[in-house]
Amino acid sequence: MNIQEAKFQYLLRLGDSSLIIGHRLSEWCGHGPILEEDIALINIALDFVGNATSLLAYAGQIEGKGRDEDALAYLRDEREFRNLLITEQPNGDFASTIARQFLFDTYMFFLYEDLKNSKDETVAAIAVKSHKEITYHLRHATEWMLRLGDGTTESHERLQSGLNDLWMFTSEMFDMDEVDAMLIKEGFAPDLNKVKTAWEKRVKEVIAEATLQIPTSTFKQKGSKEGKHTEYLGFLLAEMQYVHREYPGAKW
Amino acid sequence: MLPEGNWITRAPNLRRKAILLAKVQDEGGHGLYLYSAAETLGVDRTELLSQLHTGKAKYSSIFNYPTLSWADIGAIGWLVDGAAIMNQTVLARGSYGPYSRAMVRICKEESFHNRQGYEIMMTLAQGTPEQKAMAQDALNRWWWPAVMMLGPSDDKSPNSDQLMRWKVKLESNDAIRERFIDRTVPQAEFIGLKVPDKDMKFNEKTGHYTHGEINWDEFFEVIKGNGPCNAKRLKDRVEADKKGRWVREAATAYAAKQAKEREIA
Repeated sequence: MNIQEAKFQYLLRLGDSSLIIGHRLSEWCGHGPILEEDIALINIALDFVGNATSLLAYAGQIEGKGRDEDALAYLRDEREFRNLLITEQPNGDFASTIARQFLFDTYMFFLYEDLKNSKDETVAAIAVKSHKEITYHLRHATEWMLRLGDGTTESHERLQSGLNDLWMFTSEMFDMDEVDAMLIKEGFAPDLNKVKTAWEKRVKEVIAEATLQIPTSTFKQKGSKEGKHTEYLGFLLAEMQYVHREYPGAKW
Repeated sequence: MLPEGNWITRAPNLRRKAILLAKVQDEGGHGLYLYSAAETLGVDRTELLSQLHTGKAKYSSIFNYPTLSWADIGAIGWLVDGAAIMNQTVLARGSYGPYSRAMVRICKEESFHNRQGYEIMMTLAQGTPEQKAMAQDALNRWWWPAVMMLGPSDDKSPNSDQLMRWKVKLESNDAIRERFIDRTVPQAEFIGLKVPDKDMKFNEKTGHYTHGEINWDEFFEVIKGNGPCNAKRLKDRVEADKKGRWVREAATAYAAKQAKEREIA
């Protein structure tokens, strides 16, 4: 693998995660628990789609084969997607969505804090813009963690169950491979061990404040770095890509 | 949020997806402005939503039509928001401050939606034959509902008299409809689409278009609840409300605990 391929892979990992979690959030449109949440969830979805657009556009440039952000989003198959498994998990109830967002937003918050210092100017610029948005996303998710965790017995149980179900997808967020090793050396990408320490500390604090328990399961699901996904991604892509693929070459 | 939300996950490219997300978010915001305006009259949102869910309150007839292709998202922005603007720019000058001030903000955003919708239609009309057919089909299906959404003719509009006496409403439904048609028919022609009204003619003498007969029976049926999507739209809303109840209860319980803790401190 050369450095150009490593950069391309890395940008796909970031961009695909944002694209897919943005898609999931947008599914809430019109079905939220209150109007303010309908608006908040699609606003956050919009931030993720914007972030994905910038990252995939840059990935296409680095790749140099003439693929733009739409070609990458709409014309790749399941096995070519590099999003983290947690981002493709279905919304479930509002508590599951909040658990997913909290675990992922916390990760993204610390990751992008470090990415702001990337030696790659474009990555640093995208990270600066996105980090401002993620700060709000994390605040939104954290506030709901507290409300649901320390709200009623029902909300507490639902949120705990959401966390328990998603916990197995958290460890792969910090896995590093050859791509990471090459890019850390270049000053392009941060060391995920550092992100992991910050993530663990914050997640523990919020879970404790929300009167919840850290899940005890030690099973670790992984595979996104090799494009091995859960069964949910195929359906998501079928829906997302169908219009674009139905009319090859059409301009929209 | 429901008819357009239906296409967010299937938008054909990332730019259109972002625009649609922003648009639907604006529409949710308009709901908030108007519920707030209604609160100044002493009725809170919970009560208004319960009226909506039990079928006591009405919402615009147009949202009971289905969005069947991507072109419908263009047609809604162009025609539905276009018709809404015609109505709302007049309402923004009405006599009730909280309502007219909300309308001022709404109009600014709606005018973006209108241009974005027309741009979708223009792009499709200049695209492949399939895309152009998709655009024409959307125009065929949305034209009459859009013409009707401006409300019944003056002689059949039960609330117009009183609202005009109070100067909440300043112009009649027919006057606003005429302005909408005069503006929209040339826009359709410009992009090579045809309005589905064989009797539509430009009247040189009056300087206005005259349109064919409007099927008011359909309009009143939809208002009564017998449109293609009335049942589905309402069911979706009622279900969202029901599924969200435990969330709202949790938020209230948490807020009460916090308030108590502050009191102790």
